[in-house]
Amino acid sequence: MTDLSMPQTQTRSQSATGKIALRWLLYVLLGLFALYYLMPLFVMLTTSLKSLEEIRTGSLISLPREVSFDAWKTAWSGACTGIQCEGLRPYFWNSVLIAVPAVFLSTLIGALNGYVVAQWRFKGANIIFSLMLFGCFIPFQVVLLPMARLLGMMGIAGTIPGLIFVHVIYGLGFTTLFFRNYYVTIPAELTKAARVDGAGFLRIFWSIFLPLSLPIIVVTVIWQFTQIWNDFLFGVSFSQAGTQPVTVALNNIVNSTTGVKEYNVDMAAAIIAGLPTLLVYVVAGKYFIRGLTAGSVKG
Amino acid sequence: MAPILDINKLYKNYGATEILKDINISIEPGDFLVLVGPSGCGKSTLLNCIAGLEEITDGTLAIGGKDMTHVSPKDRDIAMVFQSYALYPTMSVAKNITFGMKVRGVDQATQEAKLNDVASLLQIEPLLNRRPSQLSGGQRQRVAMGRALVRDPKLFLFDEPLSNLDAKLRVEMRTEIKKLHQTLDASIVYVTHDQIEAMTLATKIVVLKGGIVQQIGSPAEIYNNPANLFVADFMGSPAMNLIPAQVTKNGSGTQIVISRDAGETLVLNDARDLALPEDVILGLRPEDIAEAGFRAGDGVQEAACMVDMVEPAGADTYVVSELGGKQVTARLHAETSAQAGKMLNLAFDMSKVSYFAKETGERLN
Repeated sequence: MTDLSMPQTQTRSQSATGKIALRWLLYVLLGLFALYYLMPLFVMLTTSLKSLEEIRTGSLISLPREVSFDAWKTAWSGACTGIQCEGLRPYFWNSVLIAVPAVFLSTLIGALNGYVVAQWRFKGANIIFSLMLFGCFIPFQVVLLPMARLLGMMGIAGTIPGLIFVHVIYGLGFTTLFFRNYYVTIPAELTKAARVDGAGFLRIFWSIFLPLSLPIIVVTVIWQFTQIWNDFLFGVSFSQAGTQPVTVALNNIVNSTTGVKEYNVDMAAAIIAGLPTLLVYVVAGKYFIRGLTAGSVKG
Repeated sequence: MAPILDINKLYKNYGATEILKDINISIEPGDFLVLVGPSGCGKSTLLNCIAGLEEITDGTLAIGGKDMTHVSPKDRDIAMVFQSYALYPTMSVAKNITFGMKVRGVDQATQEAKLNDVASLLQIEPLLNRRPSQLSGGQRQRVAMGRALVRDPKLFLFDEPLSNLDAKLRVEMRTEIKKLHQTLDASIVYVTHDQIEAMTLATKIVVLKGGIVQQIGSPAEIYNNPANLFVADFMGSPAMNLIPAQVTKNGSGTQIVISRDAGETLVLNDARDLALPEDVILGLRPEDIAEAGFRAGDGVQEAACMVDMVEPAGADTYVVSELGGKQVTARLHAETSAQAGKMLNLAFDMSKVSYFAKETGERLN
């Protein structure tokens, strides 16, 4: 052993230098990627703060000489979507009116579904769960026509409740999956103990399972909010004038300008449309990772 | 008085698989019934059936004289302690204990009073505001018992409550459960795979294997007169010696011959009047084989045996010798002079011998 120790220390110090070099390479690479990904945001932000004159004359990546929020004002309340010139504001509220109830309902129903599938095993529970899982993989385009028929038959075509309905239905596959995988890690004895204590189906859900669910609720809310807020296809297909969500309005602003293209307004509008999802990530982001990776609950 | 628990011709199937077959058990108020058996024998399923957490396929079940076959768990007047304790993780200890009363709509003052009673009985007052995750295993165990005690039910159900504890704590809690049973005079059904737990706690033991009841009886009956080879082998530690033997003479003064790999055959006489087939399995507990001179009585017979191994265990010394092709353990006193590789005179207490049929494993005497 002793005569072998010399070469061993040598290799160790060599590998230590190698490790540091690798580490630096990693940081440099990661930094480059981060720069690359942040570039568009930088361009959007600076452009939205420039005047049209400056955009025309200056360089794309230069900082604004004069910071002006005029473009933001226009995008919020004055930009034209087709013939109306009310900006994003009414559509932004449409999106809020769609996203908030749809996220709430799909999360709640998903939690109940997951609770049933994971904790109240019944005959065919696995088949039903597999079918719901399958629902996650159905492309949006496939359901457009049948969904349009269904909404028509229900009398909620082109309305905000109609869009809420579509998003809730489409989100259930994912929300059920999230909650089921979370609840499956909770020992079945907990349900048994509560049943012996006299608690019923809903009482157990409300008093025992929901209080345990904060991490997975955060994950589901982030996921669903992002999906619903950013949705364009359902928004454009199942809305009519006055009920369009912000994504559709953004498209209309960008595509329906006549004359000079107001890049600063387009950029400001795009940032406004994206802000809520950004906000949700910043506020709840740390729970997102935690909720996705952690799951088991230790009694 | 009506039996506190009466199980009649109970069957439980999962699809085509029969989990429990023709279970008939009846216990009196104050009984401590232990269901014991190897894992997968259906003992936990049976407990879940008693609790109403599993539907029964066939048969009837009555608790406190009332038919409960299709009654939901909450109306059976039972309380249950689980292996994983199943404490509600987001509730404090106090809330865990009072949750059942809250669900049943018991008024605040009664809840408070009962909580205090149970907390002082189990000495968990300082823990009442803690969360289950802040408790040690033994403390969780106490809280789980508190949750059951506060209900004051007709019947307590325990599902392997000690198997998650370390060895020392397990013995402590075992004593406490026994003490609790004596002070409260409660009726208890207790599931375990640990035969020592079964022996120490039970007033009545049910040995299960493959969903079939092997034997029902008091710990002494089960230990001294096992109904078949399985029970004989399962109960007791070290296990009962089961030695293949030939019966050469029947009637009053039965003669039994045991072959040995080395040395002459061992011939033993049983004074009891027995009618045995030619091939039997002879069952003798290690403590019924002693060093010559340390055991006296009518049935005691001495014979020289080759000692293969000596295992001192503190209070006793175990000596292993080969008989009938089996390793036979004898339990000698600690200061024995037995040495491996030397001959030793052993005293066999033939009045304690159980005989089993070689083919079926059933008890013969």
